[in-house]
Amino acid sequence: MKTKMILAVATAGVMFAGSALASTLDDVRARGKLNCIINTGLAGFAAPDDKGNWKGFDVDFCRAVAAATLGDASKVSYTTATGKTRFTKLAAGEGEILSRNTTWTFSRDVDLSQTFVGVSYYDGQGFMVPKKLGVKSAKELGGASVCIQTGTTTELNLAEFFAANNMKYNPVPIETNSEAQELYKAGRCDVYTTDASGLYATISSFDNPSDHMVLPEIISKEPLGPVVRHGDDQWADIVAWTLRAMLAGEELGVTSKNVKSLASKDNKNKEINRLLGKDTLQGVTKLGLSPDWAVNIISQVGNYEEVFEANLGQSTPLKIARGANQLYRDGGLYYVPPIK
Amino acid sequence: MIKELYKPGSYPNLAPPKGTVGFYGWTKSNLFSSLSNSLLTIFSFILLYFLIDGIIGWFFLDAVFDADSKIECRKIDSGACWAVITRRVGQFIYGFYPDAERWRIDIVFIGLFFASAPLLYPDLPLRRWLLWFSGFYPFIAFILINGGLFGLVSIEINLFGGFMLTLIIGVSGIVCSLPLGIMLALGRQSKLTFVRSISVCFIEFMRGVPLITLLFVASSMLNYFMPPGTNFSILVRVIIMFTFFAAAYIAEVIRGGIQAIPKGQYEAAESLGMTYWQTTRFITLPQAMKISIPGIVNTFIGLYKDTTLVIVIGLLDPLGIGRAALADTKWNGLSTETYLFVALFFFVSCFAMSRYSLWLENKLNTDHR
Repeated sequence: MKTKMILAVATAGVMFAGSALASTLDDVRARGKLNCIINTGLAGFAAPDDKGNWKGFDVDFCRAVAAATLGDASKVSYTTATGKTRFTKLAAGEGEILSRNTTWTFSRDVDLSQTFVGVSYYDGQGFMVPKKLGVKSAKELGGASVCIQTGTTTELNLAEFFAANNMKYNPVPIETNSEAQELYKAGRCDVYTTDASGLYATISSFDNPSDHMVLPEIISKEPLGPVVRHGDDQWADIVAWTLRAMLAGEELGVTSKNVKSLASKDNKNKEINRLLGKDTLQGVTKLGLSPDWAVNIISQVGNYEEVFEANLGQSTPLKIARGANQLYRDGGLYYVPPIK
Repeated sequence: MIKELYKPGSYPNLAPPKGTVGFYGWTKSNLFSSLSNSLLTIFSFILLYFLIDGIIGWFFLDAVFDADSKIECRKIDSGACWAVITRRVGQFIYGFYPDAERWRIDIVFIGLFFASAPLLYPDLPLRRWLLWFSGFYPFIAFILINGGLFGLVSIEINLFGGFMLTLIIGVSGIVCSLPLGIMLALGRQSKLTFVRSISVCFIEFMRGVPLITLLFVASSMLNYFMPPGTNFSILVRVIIMFTFFAAAYIAEVIRGGIQAIPKGQYEAAESLGMTYWQTTRFITLPQAMKISIPGIVNTFIGLYKDTTLVIVIGLLDPLGIGRAALADTKWNGLSTETYLFVALFFFVSCFAMSRYSLWLENKLNTDHR
């Protein structure tokens, strides 16, 4: 009863907060800075470099939105949040975007009154094994001992996957990721399972990363993406189209290197012209953006492929394969609505 | 036959027999008193040698103190990779505070030394003048850290972090919770029902709720109740919660001290015609506080270490900075080095507090035992 009342008051407060604010874009413009909520530290997604500048995949998305709205990718103020505080921080207005490897689920979208604007990274639960085990597929793991974090959805996914494939396994229950790493290194379990991006980060922390591999099977859906508050469709559109502009950039072959020259000439592919503001794109002004919004994004931050490769790809210690995070034409899941 | 050369009672103290004192005597009686003890000693020394050899090797001899990444560290040598600390020492101390403004924090650190010295050591020369400084210090520190006045650039809270954050929360919490705790302890003993029930409710509520819950309230719930746009700094909210939490514990520690004072003391004070405040000021508190020193310092050390909990609401204390460093793909996997370094910082601070409390106890010891 009491909690219900508190929730009611809290919700009323949030709704009041939402209605009383001017448009989010105006707030950001007036402040001259975008407030972005990021992870307190996750390899490849958000981590400070030695000079104290935040770097990573999620961080680059914040920068892209700043480039689109303010014309300068560096005008971002980062607020760190844990898994438990991220939604309240967003609801309380401590940031305009939550770009913190957040899984899109029904209840988060509907029940918590938030808007998931898209998917920026398709994650999913995977398996990691030492190469000397000689296993090539998760379906060969019958009888293996598996390190598994207790009390998480990964535990349930694991049980369902093995049951569905008529295999048995010995669970080795663990509490934290670092405990799992130690047990796995000591050979107490043959397999470690958690989200694939976490597996790659774990492998990269080993002294001999090449002795281990992530199996191709992904057994759960973890679509991660940026989140904004309910109630400001203009802002949600801006954030959504920032992501799509990065993906469209990859699809159309617009990179941070050639974007300036492509923007200054008339291209055969009219979609490039529309994306880069050469030809008029109906509605850009309605969105509150300048015609060169996509040029700013791609020139200052990069297209999706560049951002992925710089933070997670083969040139980094993480060496994450694109997998599902490719364009539809390459066999991935990204299918960008036409820029018309 | 003993020659009677001395008068009765003036026989000089002779040296103890040879072989029972000094290095030789100590070794013999403590390490080689029997065959089995001798064997154990030799065995332990061999074990210690290997242990210390390995530790020193890892910590110093084979360690790498400067490199660009973990991979480079491993190429250079096999020991600890302290480069993750040396490359980020600024971050560990100041968090993300802008480089150009860090001198302000340095002044605050130095100022803290001068402001706390007269409070901690009553025999200090020039103490009266330094006390004035101590009184103004919190305002000076606030302006320096926060900026926005006297031409100082205003610094956003989300750039705070590292040891600086621990010190801000820890020191403010310690300084504010002691007076509040004393008031609560007196309130709980008060004859006024209203004051007493308020104190009891406050103490029991604060002691009955985990600190993490209070921190979540500070970070999340308070936001909902305040009008949008009010920027009531998260740091201030956290300090208030830490203060309340520690004050409740200190109140109980001091209550223990007050109750340990013999009843005759109060009766004597009353018979002298002292008022309540006089009794409290001259009889109760001086004795109660002296008894409670170990408990109070214990609470302070607990509060200081609890500051690491702020990570759950997204503030990056040294532990949080360390974890963030480990999330950088360049340093991923160097958890031992990072956590040891943070542990060292906390050990030094807490050990200093504990030593100070011992010193104070001895100084105030007036027992005729």
